[in-house]
Amino acid sequence: MSWFNNFLNSSIGNKVLVSFTGLFLSLFLVVHLAGNLQLLINDGGHSFNAYSDVMGSNLLIKFVAYGLYIAIIVHAYKGIMISIKNRRARGNVRYAVKSKTKTPWASRNMAFLGSVIFIFIAIHMAHFWFKFKFGYMENHPDLTHYDVVVTGFKQNWIVIFYVVAQLALAWHLLHGFQSAFHTLGLRNGKYTKIITNAGIVFSILIPLAFAIIPILVYMDIYPLGQFTVIPGQSLEGGH
Amino acid sequence: MKLTLKIWREGGQYKKGQFQTYQLDNVSEHMSFLEMLDVLNEDLIAKKEEPVYFEHDCREGICGTCSMVINGHPHGPNGGTTVCQLHMRFFKDGDTITIEPFRAKAFPIIKDLVVDRSSFDRIIQAGGYISVNTGQAQDGNAIPIEKEIASRSMDAAACIGCGACVAACPNASAMLFVSAKVSHLTTLPQGKVEGARRVHNMVKQMDEEGFGFCSNIGACEAECPKEISVETIGMMNSEYLSSIFSSNGKD
Ligand code: HEM
Ligand code: FES
Repeated sequence: MSWFNNFLNSSIGNKVLVSFTGLFLSLFLVVHLAGNLQLLINDGGHSFNAYSDVMGSNLLIKFVAYGLYIAIIVHAYKGIMISIKNRRARGNVRYAVKSKTKTPWASRNMAFLGSVIFIFIAIHMAHFWFKFKFGYMENHPDLTHYDVVVTGFKQNWIVIFYVVAQLALAWHLLHGFQSAFHTLGLRNGKYTKIITNAGIVFSILIPLAFAIIPILVYMDIYPLGQFTVIPGQSLEGGH
Repeated sequence: MKLTLKIWREGGQYKKGQFQTYQLDNVSEHMSFLEMLDVLNEDLIAKKEEPVYFEHDCREGICGTCSMVINGHPHGPNGGTTVCQLHMRFFKDGDTITIEPFRAKAFPIIKDLVVDRSSFDRIIQAGGYISVNTGQAQDGNAIPIEKEIASRSMDAAACIGCGACVAACPNASAMLFVSAKVSHLTTLPQGKVEGARRVHNMVKQMDEEGFGFCSNIGACEAECPKEISVETIGMMNSEYLSSIFSSNGKD
């Protein structure tokens, strides 16, 4: 096993862990976004609540959710430890003339951008996840998940913070997406173009879509028509 | 032309290290950067001061010995050149030039601008070779090699092991150097045989030397005097990951 242990402890092995967890988180963003977009459906929260109920009760989804928590912790922990180690690798004396080499800003500030995302996730969890899981809903039987989210998005500081966090996410991904493939050895000439381009599209599209939702809710705009009516349930339905 | 030089001095009378400022009044634009430093050192020796220590050997851009950071660029502001090939015509009369050693924990300073790069030698010793069993020399065309593969290997082989990638990288990572050596040897059939063990051992040694990890920033490629592409790092990562599944190599 020493060969495999060497791999896990190696610089590349550590980065592979950051890369896999980062890609897993990116995939999760797509699923999460699909759910959030239902906030924009003009049906008084019916679709969103239905989705929210499935998310809260399905066993498989619970299982994946624990994987997700582990992925965030491993990604953040490894990412920060790597950044500290990298800083130390320069030695005690730093350059007097700041490097003139042109490099992307995001690539040098992944730990900072990640930390902004981390703070966002913490507040986000406290705001929604914690409330949904630990009794808040039971104490407020008149409220649906949709109501809690919309009430949140009517507060301007939450909307602003949400948008700022999405900007950080966009920059984190602009570097991170292609970097993850680089770490896995896939950006070696054969697939460089497609990875770079897909990364740019993904990194702009996903955070943009996330950011638009609270802005529209704040302005009371629900642009999406009603796609499906679940038979046997009234539109006021909800929780 | 007239120049002001701010040079890092360390060791000897400048124990902990500090910048010293020197004036040069008569620099020809045809001089190379190292010749300009030779002129400075002749002045210093004439004044019975200690000359500035810097490394050089071939002075034709192939040995990788010369090494310094000039105005924030390893090997100076001119892309794709070593310090010895950098000419003074790239500077202007009245310029102030700041000269620092390559800085990395794995490159401790010996004196002034001279750093100890034996960490690179140890990485090479860990696997940067092809074991050749002696015997009759083979016919040149016995093993057909695709042009594209031969070129890829040649491109990586252009690495002169100077360490500018480490000096330029915000993480002081040696990935470009190691990946150039791995790609150079492992893309060819003769080198493939030991491929898994090579990449495994070289990466292990690289990590032990205390270089930083690769964050895919790209400063190495931008400053490399031989313009080695970061894609060689991709190749090495791919090689490293497949080495885990390879039966080549023992526990
Ligand atoms: C939804 C959330 C996140 C996503 C989708 C994400 C995605 C990624 C991806 C794809 C990478 C590239 C991996 C590589 O270079 O191989 C990356 C790198 C990184 N991430 Fe994240 N990340 C997220 C959250 C975070 C958080 C919360 C932190 C830290 C507090 C963080 C810190 C880092 C750091 C420091 C790196 C760069 C490591 C390095 O190469 O030096 N990330 N991230
Ligand atoms: S002295 Fe040999 S490369 Fe500069």
